[in-house]
Amino acid sequence: MSLISALARMEAAASGRAEPVATVRHRHLAERPLVLVPLTTAGETGAPLGAMVGTDRGAPQVFTVAQPRDRDLRFAFLGRLAEALLPHLESCQDEVETIERKETDPESGKRVTVEAELCADAPQLLVPTAPGVDFVRLLGRSMRFRRTAEEDPGTPYPAPPRVPLLGRWLTHYAERSRVPGSSLLLPLTGLLTRHWATGQSHLEDQHLGTLLAWIAPPDGESGAEAARRAELERDGTGQLVRPPAGPATDPAFDNRLLAPAVARYDAGVPGAAEELRELIASQLRPTWEAMWQGVDLLRALPEGAHVPDRWRRDRQSYTHHRDRLRAGEPPQPRRDDAVTAARKLAMREQRQAELEAQEALDDPLVMAVRRLAGEAFTAAVTDVEMAYSEGKRPTPRPLVTLRTEDTPLLAEGDKVHRQLPEGAQQRAELVAEPEPGVLVLRLLSGMGRGKEPAQGTVPEPGDLLCWTLFEHSPRGGPGLPEPEETPWTHGGPPGEQTAEDPDPLTPEDVL
Amino acid sequence: MTAAVPPFARPADVPADGNGGFAPGEAAARATEAILADTLHGAYKGVVVDSPPGAGKSTLVVRAARELAAAGHPLMVIAQTNAQVDDLVDRLASADPELPVGRLHSSEPKPYDPALDRHPSVRKSAKPADLAGLDIVVSTAAKWAWVKPEEPWRHAIVDEAYQMRSDALLAVAGLFERALFVGDPGQLDPFSQVGAEQWAGFSHDPSASAVDTLLSHNPELPQHRLPVSWRLPASAAPLVSDAFYPYTPFRSGTGHGDRRLAFTARPDGSPVDRVLDEAAGSGWGLLELPAARTPRTDPEAVSAVAQVVRRMLDREGVAHSERAEEPVALSAGRIAVGTAHRDQAAAVRAALAYMDVEGVTVDTANRLQGREFDVTVVLHPLSGRPDATEFHLETGRLCVLTSRHRHACVVVCRAGVPELLDDHPATEPVRLGATLKAPDGWEAHQAVLAHLAAHAVPSR
Repeated sequence: MSLISALARMEAAASGRAEPVATVRHRHLAERPLVLVPLTTAGETGAPLGAMVGTDRGAPQVFTVAQPRDRDLRFAFLGRLAEALLPHLESCQDEVETIERKETDPESGKRVTVEAELCADAPQLLVPTAPGVDFVRLLGRSMRFRRTAEEDPGTPYPAPPRVPLLGRWLTHYAERSRVPGSSLLLPLTGLLTRHWATGQSHLEDQHLGTLLAWIAPPDGESGAEAARRAELERDGTGQLVRPPAGPATDPAFDNRLLAPAVARYDAGVPGAAEELRELIASQLRPTWEAMWQGVDLLRALPEGAHVPDRWRRDRQSYTHHRDRLRAGEPPQPRRDDAVTAARKLAMREQRQAELEAQEALDDPLVMAVRRLAGEAFTAAVTDVEMAYSEGKRPTPRPLVTLRTEDTPLLAEGDKVHRQLPEGAQQRAELVAEPEPGVLVLRLLSGMGRGKEPAQGTVPEPGDLLCWTLFEHSPRGGPGLPEPEETPWTHGGPPGEQTAEDPDPLTPEDVL
Repeated sequence: MTAAVPPFARPADVPADGNGGFAPGEAAARATEAILADTLHGAYKGVVVDSPPGAGKSTLVVRAARELAAAGHPLMVIAQTNAQVDDLVDRLASADPELPVGRLHSSEPKPYDPALDRHPSVRKSAKPADLAGLDIVVSTAAKWAWVKPEEPWRHAIVDEAYQMRSDALLAVAGLFERALFVGDPGQLDPFSQVGAEQWAGFSHDPSASAVDTLLSHNPELPQHRLPVSWRLPASAAPLVSDAFYPYTPFRSGTGHGDRRLAFTARPDGSPVDRVLDEAAGSGWGLLELPAARTPRTDPEAVSAVAQVVRRMLDREGVAHSERAEEPVALSAGRIAVGTAHRDQAAAVRAALAYMDVEGVTVDTANRLQGREFDVTVVLHPLSGRPDATEFHLETGRLCVLTSRHRHACVVVCRAGVPELLDDHPATEPVRLGATLKAPDGWEAHQAVLAHLAAHAVPSR
C-alpha cells in the first residue's frame, strides 16, 4: 500500500467518510453499460440461481432458476440469458472505422501496411464484484464447449441455440478483464476502490453496499455507521436488509427462505415457481440499485487523458474476437499452449507498466504516490546551458540544472522522462548531483531533428517540470516463436488446434 | 508457540566438528567431472546443475565453456543480467587470453563494462553477424531473444537458470540444440508484476522458472549438484544448507579454524561492539532492537545498520583465510548491506553517507544475488512489520541475504519476529500441479531465527 493510500485510509477512518485517491476517472465508462448482477447457488460450483440484466436502470430483466441443480432448467436459464445479453454484446460489430496496421506479408516476409477494420465502440459489461467476474468466466467455461442440436444432431443433451456463442463471448470478456487497464468487463467494487479509499479493510471493501456507504453516506450519518448498517442490518425475520452483492447469497436467506421455497417447487406446489422468482429478485434488486448509484458516482469524475487510448485497445480486442467468430474458429481452448500463455503474460506486463505510467501522468494525486516512492520528482529549472553531442553531426544536448524538494532514487547515468507540452516525450540522463536537491540533467531526445532544438522543447529557468524515472510508453519485448515452433524445452509444438469436445457427462450431472 | 531448534543433520561420514574425513576438493572435482562428461559426451539434450551459494558455479561455467570450445564446439552462453555477462566474459578472457570470445550487447550507450576493453581477444558488438565464427558468444537472455538464427548453435550454457523465467527460455530455446543449465535453486524465484495464477500448475507456466519448465517437460534429463560451498564459512554452511536446501545438503569447503575475523581496536562495551565481537567469533550476530511496528525505512534500525558498519571500519577488522598467507584488512569494499526494499537501501546509503562511510555496497537482495563479501549486515525483511506477506517471507530473499559472506553476517532486527511468524501462517492457496517450494519461507525464517537467537545482543 502506498503512503498516500495509507494516509487516505487513515483520514477516512478518522472522518468517517471515504477519501478520494484519484482526481480523474482512470477507466472507461460506457454511455450505456450493460449491468449484470448474477447469483449462484451455494454448494454447487457454477450453478446459477438468477440474474438481473439490463442497460436501463428502470427496466431490468430478471431470470431465475427454480431448481438450480436441474440441468435442463439451468440451460433454459442460460438460453434466456443468451437472448438478453447477446444482442448487446453483438451491438457494436458492424459500425467500424478503417485503420492501417503493420503486418508481416506471409509471402515476402516483409512488413507491409494493410487496412483493417476497428469497431467504433465496444459493449461494456459491469458486474458488482471481483467474484462476479470469476463467475462470468465460469459461466463462459461451462457454455462454450456445449453443442446445440444444430451443431451435433446426436448429442443427448443439446444446449439451447446461442448458448455456446454466449459462452465464447463471456470467456473473451473474462479473459480480457485480466489485462491491466482494460474496461470491457469491470467489477464495480474494483472501480470504486481505484478512486476512493475507505476507512475499512481491503476485505470489507469487497462488499459493494459498505463501499457505497463510505463514499456516499445517507444525510446525517457517517460513512462508518452507514457501512456497518449496510453490512449487518437485518429485518424482523432475520434477513439482511441489503443482501450481499453476490454471486454468493446470504446463508440465512438460503436456509430460511430459499431452501423451503425450492422444496415447495420440487413438491409441485402451485405457484412455487413464481414465489421463487420473486424471492430471488428481492435479493437482486438492492444490488441492482447499488450498481447504478456507483455508476453515477463514477460518471461525476472527469475521464483521464489516456483512458481513450486504452479503450481503443479494448475495441481492438472486441474486433479481434468478432473476427475470430466470423472466421468460424473453434471456441477458446481449455488450456493455453506455452506460446499463447507467454504472449498473454508479456502483453499484460507491458499493459501494467503502461497503465501505471499513464495513471500517474493523468492524475497529480497518482503522480504524488510515485514522487513519494522516489520514482518521480518535480523540480524548478535554475539554469540551462547549451551543449552539443560530439561526432560528425553535433546534435543539441543541453544541460539543465534543477532544484527539487523530492527525493528521487537516482544515480548518475540514470534516465528520466517527461512529457513535453505538446504530448511528446523527452528523455534525459542524470549527469551530476552537485549538492542534495540539485540535479544536472542532460536532455537526450525530443528536440527535433535540427541542429538547434525545436521551439519549446528545452525548458527555461523558472519552469516547473515533472520528471519520472519510469518510461511513459514501455516498449514490448522481443517476439516469441510461433506455437508450431515451440522448442523442446517447452514440450515441442502443441499440434493443430481443433475444436475440443464438450465435457463428458458424469453421474452428478443428471438430477 | 516457539520454533524448535532445527536439527543440523549431517551425513554420517562427517564429524560434527568440521570437515575431518571429508575432502571437499575431491568431492567437488568428482561432481565437476561428471557434469563435464554429461555435457560433452552425454546423450541428453540438457544437463541441469544445482549450485548452492558460492559453490563455484562461475568456475564451472567457465570451465565447461572452454572445454566445449576446445573440443571444437562453438557455443552460446545465456546469462540474465548485463553484470553477469560482463563478469563471465571477464573470467573467460582471464582464464584463456587466446580464446576468441564475443560479447553481444544492446545498442544503448555504455552497453558493457569498459573493463572488458583490456582483453584483446574479446570482440564486442550489438550485431550478432559481427560475432559469427567466434568460439564463444555471451549475452543476456533479453538480447538473445532478438537474435534470428540462420542455423541453431549446437551447444549453449544457460547461467542463473533458476532466476530465468520460463517465457524467457521459450524466447531463446530455438537458438540452440542442447544446453547446460546452471543455477542456484535457493535464490529468489523469478516473478511477474501481473497475476499469472491462471497458468499455475501448467508444465509451461510462463511465470515459473526455466528449470521447472525444462524438467517437467524433460524429466529424464540428468541433474547434478555441486556439493561444496567455497564461500560460506564452516559456521554458515550447515545453517544455510539445513534452512534452505534440506533435501540437497552441501558443506563448507573450509573447516572451523580456516577462517578468522578479528578486530584491532578493543570493544567500547556498546551493544554494537558486542554484536560485532559475537559475529567475529561465531560467524553470526543478531542485533535485536526493541519490538515496534515501524515504517519500512525504520529510522532506528537504519541507523543501527549504519553504526554496525561504521564501527566495523573504525575497529579495523582483519580477516584470516585460506586464500592468503597474510591476514587481509577488512576494507569497505569487502562489506555489504542487504535489505528487502529499495527505499530501505536508499535510507541506509543516506545514513552511511552521513557517517562518512564510503565504498560499502548497499543493495536489495535481488541485486546482491551472485555477489560475495567478507562481512554482510542484513536488515531483516520482517523487522518492524505488522504482517508477514509472501514477498517478505520468500525463502530466496532470506537465503540471498544470509549467504553472501565469507566470514560473518550481522542481522539487525526488531524483536518479536517469531511471534509475527506465528501470527501469519502461510495462507496462499495450493494449486494443483504447481511445484511447492520446500522448505517454505515460513519454515526457513523460523530455522534462521532459531539459530540467530543464540547470537543475539539486545540493543539496549
